[in-house]
Order: sequence, then C-alpha cells, then structure tokens
Amino acid sequence: MSALTKAPIAVGKSKAAKPPQRPVTPERRRSNRREAILFLVLILPNIAAIVVFSYYPTAYNFILSFMDWDLVAPFPEWVGLENYQRMFASPRFVEVLANTLLFTLVAVGGTLVLGLGVGQLLAQRLKFSGFARTMAFAPHMLPGAAVGVLWLFMFDPTYGLSRWLFNMIGLDSPSWTTTSDWSLWAVIIAYSWQRLGFVTIIYYTAIQDLPQDVYEAAELDGARGSKLFWYITRPLLSPVTFFLSVTGIISAAQAFDIIATLTDGGPGSSSTTLNWMVYEEAFKKFDVGTSAAAATVLFLILLVVTLIQARAQGRQVHYS
Amino acid sequence: MSLDVKPPITAPVATSNPVEPTDAVVNDAPRAPNRKVVHNPVLRVLQYLALALVVAVFVLPLYWLFSSALKAENEIYSYPLQWIPTMLEPENFAEAWRSAPFDRFFINSIITTFFGTTLEIGLAILSAYAFAFVRFRFKTPLFLVMIGSLMLPGHVTLLVNYITVGHLGWLNSYAGLILPGIGSAFAMFLIYQQMRVVPTEIVDAAKIDGAAHLRRMWSVVLPMCRPMILTGTLIVMFGKWNDFVWPLIVTSTADMRTLPIGLMFLRSQEGYSNWGSIMAGTVMVALPMLLVFFFAQKRIIGGIAAGALKG
Repeated sequence: MSALTKAPIAVGKSKAAKPPQRPVTPERRRSNRREAILFLVLILPNIAAIVVFSYYPTAYNFILSFMDWDLVAPFPEWVGLENYQRMFASPRFVEVLANTLLFTLVAVGGTLVLGLGVGQLLAQRLKFSGFARTMAFAPHMLPGAAVGVLWLFMFDPTYGLSRWLFNMIGLDSPSWTTTSDWSLWAVIIAYSWQRLGFVTIIYYTAIQDLPQDVYEAAELDGARGSKLFWYITRPLLSPVTFFLSVTGIISAAQAFDIIATLTDGGPGSSSTTLNWMVYEEAFKKFDVGTSAAAATVLFLILLVVTLIQARAQGRQVHYS
Repeated sequence: MSLDVKPPITAPVATSNPVEPTDAVVNDAPRAPNRKVVHNPVLRVLQYLALALVVAVFVLPLYWLFSSALKAENEIYSYPLQWIPTMLEPENFAEAWRSAPFDRFFINSIITTFFGTTLEIGLAILSAYAFAFVRFRFKTPLFLVMIGSLMLPGHVTLLVNYITVGHLGWLNSYAGLILPGIGSAFAMFLIYQQMRVVPTEIVDAAKIDGAAHLRRMWSVVLPMCRPMILTGTLIVMFGKWNDFVWPLIVTSTADMRTLPIGLMFLRSQEGYSNWGSIMAGTVMVALPMLLVFFFAQKRIIGGIAAGALKG
C-alpha cells in the first residue's frame, strides 16, 4: 500500500527524459509509433484484467447498491436509496459497524504496541533471536483458514490449550467461539497472532536501519535505556508506525478467512464485521442490494483511510 | 521514507549468483543497535525471559497443531493435556482423507497456484518492462490507473466478479478460479522498481548491438532483475495458495475446492467431534507453505520488509 501513495509520478524517470531536440524525421516518427504499439501490447493483458476485475466491479457494485436483486431474477430492480435506509436503520448494522471498529482498533493497536516491543527486543542481539524472528513470521505465511481452524481447537474450553492456560490461573476457560461475549475477542486474538510477526519484522528491520549518529549524540547528552527508546527510537519510527497502522486498518477491514473458520460471524452477529456482512448478504441471503450497499460503505471507509495516508505522506517528516 | 533499501545492482552483468537485494535487509548483521552491549545482568535475564515468552507464543500453537495431528484419539480427548504423543498415529491423516477428497484439494491448489502465479508474474514483467523502457507519451496516467487499483478492496469487487464469471460460464472451473486474479499492480510495481535501477548504459549497449526490445528484456533486463522477480513470485504464490474468499464463492462442488476451502468443509463435517483428523487436515493445508517459507525465509522476509519500507 505504501507503494500506492508513494508511486513516482514521473514514470520511467530520466531514461524517458527527452533526448536533445532532433528534427522529427519520418523515420523517427515511425519508430515512435512502433514503440507506442509495443507499449500498448505489453501492458494490454495486465491492464485489461485490472479494468475488468477491479475497476468495473467497483463501479457496478456502486450501482447495484441502489438495486434490489436476488441473483436469480432476470433483472435487478431499481429501488433508489432504500437499501441504505433499511441498512442504517437496522440495529444489526450498527452492531456490525461497532464490531468492525472494535476489531480494527484492538487488532491494529495491539499488534502495533506488541510488535514494536518485540521488534525492539529482537534487535538486542540476544542468542536465538534469529530463530524467534523466523518463528514469529511463520504464522503470517500460513493460510488464514489454517490459522482459524488451529485456534478453533486451541479455544476449545474442554480439550484446548485455553483450558490449560486458564486453569493455571485458577479459572475456567470461556467458551470463546460459541458465546457472543467472547466470539469477537477470539477472532481478534487469532487474527493478531497471525499479524503480529509481520508488524514485528517491519519494526525490527526499521530499527536496524536507524541512523547511528543520532544515538551517539543522545548518549553523549546522557540519555540511556528507556529514555533512548522513548525519545529517539519511537519518534524516529513514527513514519513506520503510520504506515503500519494504515495498512493494518486496510487488512483488518478485509479479514475474512479467520472469521469464516472460527465463528462464521456468530453467534448471532456477535463477530460479524462489515466484510463478513458483504459476503453473508450476497452469498447466504442472496440480498444483492444490501450486500452492495455494505460494500460501498466499506469502500468509502477505506478510501478515506487511504486518502489520509496519501496526504500525510506528502508532508511527512523525513529523518535521514 | 529514509529507510530505503539501496538498489542492489552494481555489477554490470548479473552472474549466476546475482546480488540479492532483499537479503541485505535481514541478513546483514544488525548495524545500528550494536552500539553497546548491555552489561546489566538483571536486564539481560529479563530480556531472555521475554524472548522465551515470545518464542512460546509463536511456537506453542504450531507445536500443538503438529502434535495433535499425530495423537491417538484418547490422547487428544484427555485432561490434563497430553503434551507429547506416546506414539505417532498416522490414522488421523487417513481419516481426514476419507472424509474429504484431499487429493482433489491438493491438485486444485497446485493448479490454481501454479498457473495463477505464472500468469500474474508474466503479465507483471511485461507491463513493468513497458513502463521502464518503452517510450510512450501517456505512460504516467496509465501507470496511475494500474497502481490505483491497489486501493480497491477485494470484498467490494467480490459480488460483481461473481456475476461476471457467471456470465462467462466460468463458475466452478479453473478459469473462474484463476483468471480474475491475474491482473497485477503490486508485483508489477515491485519488479518495475528494480527495472528502474538497471543501468541505462547496459541496455543501450545491447540496443547498439542491434537487440530489439523483447531480446533486451529477455537477455539483459530479466537476468538483472531476477532477485526481485523471485521475491515477487514467492509473495504472489503465497497469496494464491492462501486465498480464501474467492475460491469459496466461485467453487460449488467438492472436487473443485482448493485446500483452504476443503479444510473449512472438513471442519464443518467433523464438527467438534474429531479434532485429530481436523488437525491433520490443517497440517496438510499449512505444511507446504511452512516448508517453502523455512526454505526461502530470508528472501521472503527481506522482500516483504523491503516492499513495506521502501517506496
């Protein structure tokens, strides 16, 4: 995603810069045309796939959000704003929005704090920290479905690790995935477990790259240990933190496989987030209009987040 | 951002062992924080305790996964927990295989991952080369169109893509599984970033020697960009193998499901009653990617970190 907003505007950089003005000979014009045709041929398959399967569906989804359709009737029926009105009036949608907000805040915030801590720990040149790095990152590469099913077993209140852990402190394990008080937290925990390694490695890599001289200067001024961390490392990493929170929000908003395997969005709607609702309305209830309306809301939220990132990137402080 | 990973290409011609740009990120011995060795022994002990906790948090679930897959039923359903299986029980795998056609899942996952990745990387290379080396006046707007697609979340396109694929008659087919995912902005951008730093002189030299564009791309530019292409391929490949929501909606029969979808149906079928076979199924879904990851971890971690921090 960082790529997105930081994309260089002048594509092809200096190589594409104009050569010294030469008279436009017919031969040169022919070569220009050949280049242009080659260019279009080379990008055509890729750009066609992107237009057909990314841009067009986004636009058509927006139109469908004003329609009523069940995927079966021959034509969708225009209903104006009705889908949105019904959706925003329903207590279920409010619950879904609240779930999405809580999930995103805790999962993104939690992995940021823990990831910074673990990244800093791994940068301390301890023995086995290379091993820890590999193991921390491994869950990030697993299929979300496998992570979800694994945690489903670990959350089992009778035979799972959860019981062992809770018994150690003298408590009974909650029924994580089958009670509405806990189901969203189960999703948050499993999701964060998978993402934490990614955040950790990004912080760890960024810490490796921090400028040495700033630390030396601060140490000369008498800063030590936690002070160095709080007043030097943390602010120096703020661009990274910003990047991780934006990409974190975007990926949390699309977390799907863990919900599908862990809770199915339930019990009730207790672990339903906005993107689960998009899926459920369309493919379980065959209510295309409501699904499209929910998808549009999701799109707008992410658009705002991306635009904020783009703006902030423009006036970001650069330390170097 | 100032955390740029320096362009790797210094040698004029890539050899069989090209400079690995990505490894520099993780592989170089830690540079900055080795200023001081902590002498405080108490702090050191605390740090090692924290490290042990971190390792436990990540290793324990994975150990639990693999050991449970190999436990006999009575050891799974026992409390206090049986941490170490007394004997390794392959029956769970057979059971999982009986209740769901895992051979089909494997074949489907391999086909969709292989062809999906090949097509996506192929298209990415072609368009990255065009943006980096071919003259065209309206490059920049086209580039923005491609990069802009990264902003469109997959869940917004889901429903309409399903309708489109239905109209094309591709539902529950390999074409439907693979083709909607081959458009590539991310991998294109990754490879483009490296093509930009290929020294102009080398490409020009090839041009003077009379090599046309495609020849220059094939025998000059691609070998020099191999590290990034490999990294991009790995990242795309993981994405395809792990993909969930699209194969879930586009397939409708068991014999077309990919592994992650098959696992979900195995879970629904076996319910909470047979954790051994469910964990065995999970191992079958997870193990291939874990092996690839452990085998190529430097490149993968380095590539992902570089992709996130540069740009």
